Formats: sequence, structure tokens, C-alpha cells
Amino acid sequence: MSEGAETKWPNRLATRDAYGDALLQLGAERPDVVVLDADLSGSTRTGRFAEKYPERFFNAGIAEQNMINMAAGLAVGGKIPFASTFAIFATGRAWEQIRNTVASGRLPVRIVASHAGLTVGADGSSHQALEDIALMRVIAGMTVVVPKDAPETERVIREVVDWPGPVYVRLGRAKVPVISPKGAEFSVGKGEVLRDGDDVAIVACGVMVAESLLAADRLAAEGIAARVINMATVKPLDDDMLRQAASECGAVVTAEEHNVIGGLGSAVCESIAETQPVPVRRIGVDDVFGQSGDPADLLHAYGLTADAIFEAARDLVKKG
Amino acid sequence: MIRRHIIRSTAEAGSGHPGGSLSCADIMALLYFHVLQMRPQDPGWQERDRFLLAKGHAAPALYAALAERGFFPAEELLNLRRLGAILQGHPDMTRTPGVEASTGSLGQGLSVAVGMALAGKLDSADYGVYALLGDGEIQEGQVWEAAMAAAHYRLDNLVAFVDYNRLQIDGPVDKVMSPSPVPEKWKAFGWRVFEADGHNIPGMNTVVRSAQEAEKPAVIIAHTVKGKGVSYMEDQVQWHGKAPDGQLVAQALQELESVQEVTDDE
Ligand SMILES: Cc1ncc(C[n+]2csc(CCOP(=O)(O)OP(=O)(O)O)c2C)c(N)n1
Ligand SMILES: [Mg+2]
Repeated sequence: MSEGAETKWPNRLATRDAYGDALLQLGAERPDVVVLDADLSGSTRTGRFAEKYPERFFNAGIAEQNMINMAAGLAVGGKIPFASTFAIFATGRAWEQIRNTVASGRLPVRIVASHAGLTVGADGSSHQALEDIALMRVIAGMTVVVPKDAPETERVIREVVDWPGPVYVRLGRAKVPVISPKGAEFSVGKGEVLRDGDDVAIVACGVMVAESLLAADRLAAEGIAARVINMATVKPLDDDMLRQAASECGAVVTAEEHNVIGGLGSAVCESIAETQPVPVRRIGVDDVFGQSGDPADLLHAYGLTADAIFEAARDLVKKG
Repeated sequence: MIRRHIIRSTAEAGSGHPGGSLSCADIMALLYFHVLQMRPQDPGWQERDRFLLAKGHAAPALYAALAERGFFPAEELLNLRRLGAILQGHPDMTRTPGVEASTGSLGQGLSVAVGMALAGKLDSADYGVYALLGDGEIQEGQVWEAAMAAAHYRLDNLVAFVDYNRLQIDGPVDKVMSPSPVPEKWKAFGWRVFEADGHNIPGMNTVVRSAQEAEKPAVIIAHTVKGKGVSYMEDQVQWHGKAPDGQLVAQALQELESVQEVTDDE
């Protein structure tokens, strides 16, 4: 996290912890909710549900493809399955199972994956999914959600229980700032304007939302009013909000903890190119693999910082 | 020596997988000091034996063996998992001399080993291909696809080890998702099956010689103890993926000091 984050948001929680808590509540309320994991229930936090509701928890072992299709079968049988493992294995290893059985059948499987992005840290490249948003977004009928913090994660999980069709929710390993105000709402497919401004729009998801807000503070100090949009739902995208932002701000910066190819930045470009074309700068991992390191150092080394967003936004405004 | 490196490097890194690294330390010592023909000064030597760590999270054990064989200075071990380090959390063939293929995603390694063995056959080369798998790892369906392919192509130049420590992350392997009976499964897939004490290096050495003679792919089911050599880690599932710190490091190093390891005799 960039400088200033700790004073602005002293509270830090991991989104995967919020998921574990949300599942526990759902378990009590909804007997049709079942949970699957692939030998990572401690890390994904599904273990809490497993302990409380062992008869509704299925550990597939280290067999992600099998897990996803077992979830598909449970969905056909009228259950609401939540299937969890690390993002790279959920979306990468089991992609074709998701595409051909889950999504093409419009089955209500909720794939909730943790350990996405560089903030996995020391485990390194093999465990840092930088492609999962792209992989899930390209599947017809798939809903893709990337919550920015723990409170939003809890609301997302509750919100998607009865959402039609398959859903992918991307969570992280690291503790991240709690920036949601108490009682904030979440609706699938709706962006959230966190800060208003009409010089430039910053559209972000996940951990990069906090960085975007920090960047907006610095831009304000230079007399640039940035609009910050939390685009937690990457698909279906809030095209209306984007069109309005593009038209009122005239320039857009996107920010995500993902390859710049195929993720939120690409989705935003696709949307506004057809409705309200304006200059765009995409902040993300620049088409390379990650590596081992401390999460904060990695975000820095790969240019996923408030500084990078600030500079991109300032350049765009200067040019415009 | 390998075990002490594992403790020091993961403790220094503040993370990593000591349990599954310690359980295969003797298999690594066997391979790197008694079996594999390699030229550390020339890691790309065409005739070298190939070793592939399918259970990539045991990288600290592999790195220790590579360092002791002289592929890179042992000081590198203390940079494990640091930004920019040649020693990544999981093996990365683009960064580390002596690493034959990048691993870390379980279940893929044996297929790569099959490919390497096929390449050896195509070139009528003499080198052998060796792979090390976890006993939880063999839950991946792909392992059995690879096993089928190896038998299909009669890859008698391929020897696989299963680090049979009976634990994975969420608990005992047989409780999470039982692959039992393991020897019978490999047999049914067309492999020669051997069993050995995975902490008895001379014993395993004899078994490896027989495995090399087999007319088909051979698997050695190595009975091991996860965390072997460090009393508080032995057979403890919680030491799969966390590094020791403080007093526990000193205790581990002291316990390992008193154990005579084969590599020390050399
Ligand atoms: C495809 C895949 N799924 C999950 C993981 C996460 N993971 C790392 S180690 C491990 C358990 C491995 O157990 P085992 O194969 O028995 O290894 P060992 O006991 O020797 O450490 C898991 C699930 C992974 N690395 N790859
Ligand atoms: Mg094991």
C-alpha cells in the first residue's frame, strides 16, 4: 500500500476473511448452500463453514477440475454451491470445466477464489493469478466481481447467492484497508462513485481502489478533480456510469491488480470506445509474470501504486 | 546439510514449506549425491540426467541440493523468496540454474517428465528422467493421465518418486481424499512399483538401481515423515506451509546438528 493509506484507513482486513464469515452466516440461513474446496480450506477460509456444517462441505482434494464439476452436479441437484481455491487454479486449471459445463448450462455455481494478484507475495508467480479476470470475463453469461475490501466482500457474497447463472468472485490473501463506509450498498452490475470530480475519471477494482483514492488526494493538491469509481462488477459492466464519466471527465485511468490485457482496463476500453471514446491509460501488470516478494514491494515494483495512477491521470489532463 | 539449509532459508524468508521439504530431504540427497549425473558448471549439458520437482513447494529442499552440488553459491539460499532473487517461492526454470522446468502448480510435473523421457528416446540418449511427486499431488487427475502415457510409450528411462508422507494441507491424505491403494493404482497403470523407506539413503539407492533396470516406467513409493528431523514439525500438518522463527529456529538447527547426514560424510 502506498504512503498515506494507513492513516486514512487504519483498519485492515483480508477479503478472504470476510468470505469465511459470510459463508458461516449463509450456512445458518440457507440450507441449500453447500461449499467445496480443493485442499486449501484454511487459506480460502471455507474451513470455518466446514467445521460448522461438515455435511454440507466437500473437499475434493487437490483436484480442482473435479471440484468444479462436482459443484456443477450439486447445482443441477438444486443446491447453491460455493467452490473455492486459489484464483490461479480455479480459473486456470478448471477453465474448460467452467466454460463447458457450468457456464454453458447457466448453472448457479459461485466460484469464489482467493489469492489473486501480486499480493499473494512470497509464493511467487505460479500462485499469482494475473489473468483470472480475463479468463472469466470472456465466458458467456459469467458474472465477475472484484470487491475492494472486506465489508464489500460480505455484501457481495450475500448478493450473489440468488443471482442467476454462474458468478466469479475474486479475493485476495493480504490484509487490505477497509474503505467502505458503514452500511454501504452493493448491487451486481452497478459501479460506485467514491469521489466526485470532472477532470479525469479513475476506474478501479480490488486493492487498486484504495490506491486510486490516494491518487485522487494528490491530484486534488495539484488542482485536478478526479472522479473515483469502484467498478467491483467487471461483468456485467456499468456502461451507463462509464459513458457518463467519459463524457463529463474527458479522460479515464483504469487500475487493477491484473495483467493490463483482458481485465478491467480492457473492459472499460471496450465499453467507452463504442459509446464515448476518450483517452484512456491502463494501470496494471504490464504483460509480464509476477515473482516472489513482499506484497507491498511487489505492487511497487510492478507500478501498481497511487503514484503511477497520479502520474497517468496528470499526463492525461495536461494533454487534454 | 540439506535440512539445515531448509530451516535457515525458510526462516530467513519468513515463509515457505518446511514440512514437505524436510520429508523429501533424503530423497534429494540420494538423487543429487548418488544418482544424478550432472555438470553444475554446465547446467545445460545435453547428457545430464533430468530431475523434476513436481511438488514444487518443496523448492527449499531442491535449492539446498543444487547449492550443495555447486549450481550456485549457498549464500543465495538466504535470499529465498526475496524480490529479484534467483530462488523463487516455487521453482522457476528461467531464473535458477539446474531447475529443469517451472513447477508449483501440482499435478503437472509428471507430464513434463514424460515429455523429457520421450525427448530422450527420440535422441537415443542415455540420460534418465526422475520426478518427485507429493502423495496429495497424486489426487490430480493429470498425474494419472501422465502415468498412462508413460506406460503407453514404455518409458523405461523414467523413474518417479512419491513422497508418501500421508499429509497434505487440510489434513491426512486418506481423510481429505483417499488415493489408496496407491501401489496397486500405479501397477494398474502399467508401472513397476517399488516401496522404500524414504529416509534410508543406502536402501533407496539399491531400489533406484532396480528401478533403472525395469523394462517400463518405475515408481518408488518412499515412506516418509513430513517435517522429518525437527521434532516439533514431524507428522504435524500445520508445518506444511509456515516458516519457523525465533527460538524454534535455534531448536531445529540444534536437533539437526546431532543427526549424521549422509552428505556430511562426503
Ligand atoms: C494445482 C494446485 N492446487 C493446489 C495447490 C496448493 N498446494 C500447495 S502444496 C499442497 C498440498 C500438497 O500435498 P502433498 O502433495 O502431499 O505434498 P507434501 O505433503 O509432500 O508437502 C497444496 C494443495 C497447488 N500448489 N497446486
Ligand atoms: Mg504429502
